[in-house]
Amino acid sequence: MKYNTDVVVIGGGAAGMAAAYSARENGAKVILLERDEDTGGVLNQCIHNGFGLQYFKKDLTGPEFKEFAKERLKDIDILFGTYVLEIRKDKTIIFVDKRGIHEIQTKALVMATGARERHLNSLPVPGKRITGIFTAGLAQRFINLENLKPGSKAVILGSGDIGLIMARRLTLEGIKVEAVLEIMPYPGGLERNVQQCLKDFGIPLYLSHTVIAVEGDRRLQKVIAAEVDYKWDPIPGTEKEFEVDTLITSVGLIPQIKPADFLEADPGFIVSNTNQTSEDWIFAAGNCTVIFDLVDYVAKEGEKAGKYAALYAKGEYSKGKKVKVRKGENIGILHPSYIDPTQESTLYIRVSKVFDRASIKVEPLGVEVIENEARPPEMVVIKLKPFDENIDEIEVMADELISKLG
Amino acid sequence: MSSSQNLVKELTCVRCPLGCKVKIEYTDELEVIDVSGNKCPRGREYAIQEISDPHRILVTSIKVKNGKYPLASVKTSEAIPLRLFEEAMSIIEKLEVEAPVKMGDIIIENFLNTGVNLIVTRSIERL
Repeated sequence: MKYNTDVVVIGGGAAGMAAAYSARENGAKVILLERDEDTGGVLNQCIHNGFGLQYFKKDLTGPEFKEFAKERLKDIDILFGTYVLEIRKDKTIIFVDKRGIHEIQTKALVMATGARERHLNSLPVPGKRITGIFTAGLAQRFINLENLKPGSKAVILGSGDIGLIMARRLTLEGIKVEAVLEIMPYPGGLERNVQQCLKDFGIPLYLSHTVIAVEGDRRLQKVIAAEVDYKWDPIPGTEKEFEVDTLITSVGLIPQIKPADFLEADPGFIVSNTNQTSEDWIFAAGNCTVIFDLVDYVAKEGEKAGKYAALYAKGEYSKGKKVKVRKGENIGILHPSYIDPTQESTLYIRVSKVFDRASIKVEPLGVEVIENEARPPEMVVIKLKPFDENIDEIEVMADELISKLG
Repeated sequence: MSSSQNLVKELTCVRCPLGCKVKIEYTDELEVIDVSGNKCPRGREYAIQEISDPHRILVTSIKVKNGKYPLASVKTSEAIPLRLFEEAMSIIEKLEVEAPVKMGDIIIENFLNTGVNLIVTRSIERL
């Protein structure tokens, strides 16, 4: 079948749903492509609360956030069970579903393809490739959607939010969590999750620790961990053995950029403050651009991508001047990479080390934000007004703020 | 430690993702002297409850018969005492409902006499 539309959105998670909604609100005809049978993406399996406080002004669980967002998609064509095969530069999208291969001619596109989990196999851990090792998201899917129990005694590697949340989830389901291991000297997830997922249940967190080997015959039997030095090398004599049948990994997410891998990416799609990619007609938002800490930000970015895609489709927005945003001292992640200075922008920043009190500056705009306890896992958000088009580059940097009172 | 000495606890508020570091100073009799570090009134409430009886929203799932998916996610409509979690899970474990269910449906009213309901958070269609 051949379709014709103004805006195509690929991916029906938090970013995609928001993008489809806002493209429609801005007067575009929209087709949303979703590979699953329901929208929501990972929200469906994130059954814990804490979502939506900023976006919907309510404390919601993942599925509830999905249902609120989905209610706004009533008059939008959503094609479920579809998988995009190819994106052509002539603005044709080729996708497949149960009925066969189809084609959409569009004017603009929003990539909202999210991220994938990094697996233990991507880490240099010796041992056989035995069963019993799962990514946190997969274990979450088993437990929360498919009613399957992944094991009975577990160690979790990585203290990112998904790892922390799974520590609590496994404990509630009667699976003993022996330890959470974190290679960094500080937790990888939000402080609130350390409290309500580990401390609430007395689960030990070992900082500066990693897995050095896995043992077992067919099924995992033992996880060997050790403390690491500042270079992440294991310190001899600090080995700890855990007799467990399950190892859950929460070791990072990788933006999903296929099948649009012809766009500039590092590792996610490089976008401007209007969510435009290196290809004029393609916009991108959410975890396929950079890994966000809150779904509220993902939805906000999706909304923005949908708006500019709709404006582009209508010929009301094109590619203007782009000002480079440069990472200065102590900045780990900085998003977006470019700014169209005629439009407002939102900067998402992760500092590269822990600060008691950080002063985050945006120069030469003279913007300064003070953050107490800035930590890499928690994003700092700075809004910028449109600025002078003669500025060629802006730089963001972070410094420890030392109190003048001593 | 003398009994007249005040107790201090440093907590991370879990009421929202901001995760404020809240410091609460109180007496042995749980009389609150000072709460600081919270960016909103919820942080104060949280800290006061935390020193006597921590409360959390319980989120989990229940089995669904004849549904498009085998589980429906559920939560307590408000936070319940953390000390009741084990008992709550042993009750929830045995539950099974017939599809369809809708977000907001009450599964158990006044769950464990907390005055809080156990409600569905994901609608599941009938197969």
